[in-house]
Formats: sequence, structure tokens, C-alpha cells
Amino acid sequence: MTVTSSMAHSTPSTVVDRVPIVNDFSITTATVNGSGSQTANNTLLRAIHKMGVPVNGKNIFPSNIQGLPTWFTIRVSKDGYLARCEQAEILVAMNKASSMEDIQNIVSGGICLYPADFQLPIMRDDVTFYQMPVNELVMQSGAEAKLKPYVANMVYVGTLAYLLNIDLAEIEAALSYNFNGKQKAMELNYATAKAAYDWADANLDKIDPFRIERMSKTAGTLLIDGNTAAALGAIFGGVQFVAWYPITPSTSIVDNLSEYLPKLRREADGKATYAIVQAEDELAVIGMVVGAGWAGARSMTATSGPGLSLMTEFVGYAYFAEIPAVIWDVQRMGPSTGLPTRVAQDDLLTAYTLGHGDGRHVCLIPASIAECFEFGGTALDLAERLQTPVIVLSDLDLGLNLWPTRPFEYPTKPLDRGKVLSAEDLTRLQGEWQRYADIDGDGICYRTLPGTNHPAAAYFTRGTGHNEAAGYSERPEDWSANLSRLAKKHDYARTIIPAPVTELVDGAGAGIISYGTNDPAVQEARDILKAAGISTSYLRLRALPLESKLTEFIQRHKRIYVIENNLDGQMHSLIQLHTPADADRIISVAKCDGLPLTAHWIRESIVAHEAKEQA
Amino acid sequence: MTTTATLNRLGLSKTDYNGAPSTLCNGCGHYSIANIINGAAYDLSLDLTRIAKFSGIGCSSKSPTYFLGRSHSINGLHGRMPSLATGATTVNRDLVAIGVSGDGDTGSIGLGQFKHLLRRNVDMVYIIENNGVYGLTKGQLSATADLGQKMKHGGLNETPPLDLCLEAIVAGCGFVARSFAGDARQLQSLLKAAFSHHGTAVVNVISPCVTFNSGEGSTKSYIWAKEHGLPLHEIGFIPLEHDEIRADYEPGTIREVTMHDGTVIRLKKIGQEHDPADRMAAIKLLEDERDGQFFATGLLYVNEERWTLVEQAKLVDMPLVQLPNERLRPSKAALDQINAELT
Repeated sequence: MTVTSSMAHSTPSTVVDRVPIVNDFSITTATVNGSGSQTANNTLLRAIHKMGVPVNGKNIFPSNIQGLPTWFTIRVSKDGYLARCEQAEILVAMNKASSMEDIQNIVSGGICLYPADFQLPIMRDDVTFYQMPVNELVMQSGAEAKLKPYVANMVYVGTLAYLLNIDLAEIEAALSYNFNGKQKAMELNYATAKAAYDWADANLDKIDPFRIERMSKTAGTLLIDGNTAAALGAIFGGVQFVAWYPITPSTSIVDNLSEYLPKLRREADGKATYAIVQAEDELAVIGMVVGAGWAGARSMTATSGPGLSLMTEFVGYAYFAEIPAVIWDVQRMGPSTGLPTRVAQDDLLTAYTLGHGDGRHVCLIPASIAECFEFGGTALDLAERLQTPVIVLSDLDLGLNLWPTRPFEYPTKPLDRGKVLSAEDLTRLQGEWQRYADIDGDGICYRTLPGTNHPAAAYFTRGTGHNEAAGYSERPEDWSANLSRLAKKHDYARTIIPAPVTELVDGAGAGIISYGTNDPAVQEARDILKAAGISTSYLRLRALPLESKLTEFIQRHKRIYVIENNLDGQMHSLIQLHTPADADRIISVAKCDGLPLTAHWIRESIVAHEAKEQA
Repeated sequence: MTTTATLNRLGLSKTDYNGAPSTLCNGCGHYSIANIINGAAYDLSLDLTRIAKFSGIGCSSKSPTYFLGRSHSINGLHGRMPSLATGATTVNRDLVAIGVSGDGDTGSIGLGQFKHLLRRNVDMVYIIENNGVYGLTKGQLSATADLGQKMKHGGLNETPPLDLCLEAIVAGCGFVARSFAGDARQLQSLLKAAFSHHGTAVVNVISPCVTFNSGEGSTKSYIWAKEHGLPLHEIGFIPLEHDEIRADYEPGTIREVTMHDGTVIRLKKIGQEHDPADRMAAIKLLEDERDGQFFATGLLYVNEERWTLVEQAKLVDMPLVQLPNERLRPSKAALDQINAELT
């Protein structure tokens, strides 16, 4: 097939005089999984970021290695809104199979770029279509056969760079960053992007309003994913032992630990101050983590829903035997295998009450890259301080996608190793101590580590009933005293976990409670609501158990909306249980379709409820 | 009459190695094993504060209470003692680790963890107290129950048993021994050798369940073990600190195996030829047993060449858990550099 026209066509007559739309739109690239579009998309993302414009990219990909449709959405926002939009203004249609629906989804007045050899299934009068001579430019690139699909993606990078006025030097720099020293690959890709840019310059009449213009809003910031931040946070939090089993979307936490630990935590003689063990399954993973925690190491793993299910019994064990362990659960969509490559906040109730019998766990819920880094260390500190498992509930959107962030801040607090008695302590105590005695009144007891060189150091760790001296006990008094103390410890945890972040607005009738990666969409929705005359307060939870600040917030507002990305309204249920007297004022705004929440959906949901209130 | 307690090299008496009184059934093989462990540890002058005991769930897994009472112990989950031991011994390479498991714990629910522990060659002594039955739930069939065996609650066993020694050898274990709870002398020698082994040492001990599986014809009974047990060698263990005492043996009847730490296992030929360094010979011996006429006891296989998990991981010499905090958190300069690289 030959390229017959490289000009824009189906041009809406009104667009010529349209007001430019600068730094405020979304781009969706629709590709086929396995075609190497990741480099192209990340290059665009990074180039725009480097031009000072806030951006977030979301990879909406299939659970498949090759062949199924993939979308990458770039939100460009001069105002710093980084949530997903339901529709994009700009579509790069590189996948014939999904093109019908993709074209239907373009915002009216938007544009569509597509390879000249595609026969598009539909055209739209309100969309500007640009053809790209993909095959010709790939041919001209001289790329060997297996690299051709990758190079093809560079054609849209170059064409978009021309249309949107993205600085080619930034494209070149972004490619260089992404190829990390692989000069030949970098040159081949850049040459193709440049050729496409030059071709567009010579052949395309730009008649759409979309532009990128330099700003300074991202100056000094990094563009990075939450899983990398989590790994770095754990390393600077002194992690000593990692056991793991591969599972999407958590695996890149361990990939990053495996990349950075050898650089950061080897001694001069090359020997490691950490160990990473890939286990045979998640049952063994958590056993190793608990074993290492029992022996006194800062231990962690990273997993996702199905892995967390497999860890259930050992987490209950560690809760009861009081052993530190950290589990990063990068949440994906369940139940069951669910949608392994789509996001949800659906492990909340499972994580909080993981294990049979009574018991609740400290959960941390990061909402940003900075919090992923911070909680990397906080989780290890809390686990050792509280002698209990700590579960960090990240999610796929935060874990895998690239977000702008301030540079990581070096931790100022020393590592908290908790209450551990040394041989010297035992000598001072004349060997008198009891493993499960609450000396300090906070529910946290003193422990010794195996290998402590004192004849009275040893105790027997068990998941069966035990008394203060760690002896086996079936006495009802011992059992209730032990569980009551564990509940007391959980209450103490409320006072030392990361507190919620609140924004109280005077006169606001409605208070919004949310958590995790809903934050950007909630922030944006609040601004839109405010412009429409509905002012809201906001409390973002950062941890479980729930605590007193939340209670105060609920009592200040007439109506409380709990916004979350799961169908059952899991946090909503916990909050209702926490403040039963206010339960009827607490409204669940919950949804789960595999995609990050949008400001539009939150706004619509709240407006609908508020309208009911007015009626 | 006054007696002076004999003390070992650490100045500890035999009773210092004892555990709590047993709550197992009278005559249980597991309790004999507990005493034999105490004896071996005393003789070797093992430092009780460096020992860590690991177990899963079941009668066998309860037994760490009954030996080495002054040592740390962790009684974990069914079939998952290997993972606990893997984590603990990796972060503290100075621990002397003893795992105690049963045939249900190792052969059924824990078979996967058992085999992967051996693949990794975690440095520990792994004792299987094998009675061919689930005792704590009152007599169900285990994965090592005999073919054709009848149990009160388990019914007729029509599924062939697993031989855990064979499984260990196939998984790459470098020390595989089998013994019998009623043969204190042999078991203690094997245990001493096992403590010297570099890597996982599996000691599979036939340990009769007097309550549920000691009837006539059971291959896990005292009578059967006494009648059919075939000791491969007479075993002596020569610890490092002892001068070698050479008895007069006929030439060609003694085989000495020098362990990684310099200790020596001396094997005296009794009847048949068995070279414990020959992996295929060990496998063949275990296959030949299947007709049920005998079972070999003693050191079936030894090979110390494989690296342990800690060696593979190239860890610092000091146990990870003893590293001071300043060696765990990288410098601010390191973070500044990462920030610069990611910008």
C-alpha cells in the first residue's frame, strides 16, 4: 500500500481559528502488547516532564506477553492534576484491533494519528486525522527486522513532537536516559523520531489547537514509579532480608532491590550486608521472612493479592507469636486471579484481618512516590517496634506508573529496632525476664534473639496458647490476658502510625475520606466541586488501624463520603465500625473496574448525593 | 556416697542439656530421640545459646520442648519449618540449627519446602521422626505409611510410600542418614556427624508410635526395626579436639570420612559393601529395599562439596543480625547520587 495523502483530513471547519490548548490535555497511545511501545511512551512522558510540565503516564496493559491491546495515557496538566481522564484529546492509533473503540473515545475536537497503511474502521467529523508514513520511515531507518516494531513507535514520537511542539532535544535526552548508555539503540531510535519530525514539518498542516509550552513546574523533580521508591525506601530503612516469589505487579520492587542493594550495601570486600532469596512459593516466602524476623533481621517481601492469600496462615502466626515482618502488597484486581494487570484497592479488609481467629494488622497506605519511599523504612521500624507483621498497601497504579516527585529525602530518624534484650541487659536483670510480660504498659513485650550469649536468653516461640513466660498454656485466663494485651498493643499502634492528612474547610458540609492513589482524582474533583459552589473538607487516611483524628473529622461534617477503588466499600465498612453512632452519615462512593478513579466520576457521584440531600 | 557431676568442655553437665519433661506417650520413639540429641550436644560441647531449634506441627514438632531447654526454639506451621529455618539461619550464620519434623510434616504437607531447603543447602541438621502415622490427630495414614497397611482411622493404605532418604538424595542433599530411635549408639554417632556437616544433614529416624503404629507387621515398629534393620557400618565420630585413638582394625575394613570442619566419621565395615560417597549406590540400596526384606541404617550418602545458602549469598562474615545500624543504612551521599541519576 502506498501513502496517498499525508495531509490532515476530515478537518472540522471551525478548528482553524480555535484557541490554542496549552499543557492541558491527555494523549492515549493504543498499541499491541509486546511491540515495544514502552520506550516510546516513556520518552514522550519524560520529554514533556523535562519541559517543566506536570505529567503522569498510565500503562493500561493486558496480562499477556504479546498480542493483546495496550494503552498508555499521558495526562498533561499545567495545573498539576495527575489523575486519569476518561477520554483523551489525542489518540495515536497503532493498533488496528482496538481502533474502532479508540476513535470513538476521542474527545470531540481532538486528533487522531494513525499509520498511513491503516484502513480506519470509522472516521469522525469532529476529529482531526493525521496519517503517518510509518512503513516508509521504518524502511528508511535501516533497522533490522526484529527491531522494526520498536522503531515504528518512534514515528509517532517524532510526529507528536512536531505537532505538539515538544523540543527534539528533550526527546533525544529522554531516549538517552531510557536506553541508559546503549548508544546504538539510542541513535537508531532518535534518527527515526527525527525523520518523522522532519517529515511532519515538511508535509503536515497543523490545524489542531494542542501545544506543549515550557513551564517550570517540574523543576528539580524526578519521574519515577512507586515500586522503585519502595525498594529504595526499604534499603535506606536498613532492610536485611528479602524473600520473594514473582507476581505482577509487585515484582519490580524486588527487581529494584536486586539492582540497588549490590550497589549500596556491599562492604569493601564485596560481601553483602543483606540477603535476597527467591522462594518456591509465597508459603515459603513468608516463612523465611518470619524466620528472619524472629532471628532479629529487618525482613520484608513484596507480593500481590493471590500471594497475600497464601501468606495468610503465617501472618496470623507472626501476629500471635509477635514476630516482625513487612509485606508490600501491590494491589491488583481480585477476586481470584482477577485482572492481574489492572488496579484496585481491594485487599484492604483481607490485609487488615489476615489470618484465622482474632487479630488485626497495621497497614500503611501510601498515596505518592514520596510516601512509598518513606513507608519503605517506616514499615520496618513499626514491625520491629510493634513486633508484628506490617502490610503496606500500595497498588498497581502507584507501583508501576511514572509520577513526578521531589527528590527522595534522607531519613532523619535512626532505625527503630524495638525492644530487644541483649546479653548485657539480661545480666543486669539477673536473668529475670518473661517474653510476653507487658512491662511498659503499651502491650509490647521484650524479646531476645537466638544467639544471645546468656543462659537465660532462650524462650520457646509458638503459635499455640502461651503464658507470659512463653510456656504452653491452655488456661482460659492466660488466653484472654494474651489476646487483651494484643488488642492493647493494637490500640497503642494507633498512636504511632502515620496520621491522616487533613484539609479542613470552614463551612464545608461534606467531608471526603479517601486513601492511596485516589488522592490526585479527589484533589481535582474537590477543585471542580468548589468552582461549582460545593466546598468539601478532605481527610486522607495513611494507615490502619483507624484513629482519633478520623473520629473528629467525621463529627465536624454533616455528610461523609468515603471514596475508594473497590466494589464493597471496604474502608467505608471499617469506618462505620469505628464510629457506629455516625454510621448513617457515612456514604460509600466506591467503584471497581480495573482503572484508576477519575475526578469526573467522583464529582458526579458527590453531586448526585448532594442533590438528594437538597431535595 | 557423693558424686561429682561430669562436665563437658564448656563446663556444663548433662542435665544442663535437658529439656522439659515429656508430654508424649510413654515409650514414644520421639522421646528417645530427644535424649539422644541431648547426649550428642553434651558430648560435642555445643553452646546452648547458639543453638536454634525449629519445628513444624505434629507430635515430632512438639518434641523440641523436651530437649536442649536452654536453647531458643520456634515451633512454626505444619510443613513450613524449612522456610523458618532458611530465614533465621541466613540472617544469623552463627546459629547451630536443628530442625525436627515428622513424616506428615516433611513427607506430605512439607515435601515442597523440604526439597527446596535441600536444593538451597541450608546449613542445619534436619531430623525426621518417622513413624508412618499422624499421631496428634489419632492415627491417619501418612506419606510414609506402608503399602497395604491398615489403620484404625486411615483404613487400608493402597498408595505407595515415599522414602524420604531417597527424596533427600535426589534433591541434592549432601548428608543423608537413617537410623532407629531404639539404636541410641548409632543415632548419636550419626547426629554428631550431622552437626559437623557443611549444609543440610538429613537424619531420618524410624521412631515408633506406640499408640497408633507399632502393631505386628508395621515397618515403623520396634520389633520390625530390630528384626529387619541392616546397619551399613559401625560408626564412630571423632571430634576435632580429641586425639585420634586408633584401634586395631583389620586392613580394608575402615573407611574414614573427613568432614569440612576437620572432624572424622569412621565407618567400620560390618557385612555388605557400601561406599557413602557413591550417590548412585545409595539410591540403588534404597531401591533394593522396596521388597520389604530389610532397611538399611547408617550413613547412606555424604558429599560436602556444595556451597551452603549463606556461602552462595556471599554474606559478610558477621551475622547480618549483629551488624550495627550504621552498616545497614547507606549514606546521604549515596541517596544524593541516586536522586541525581534519576533526575
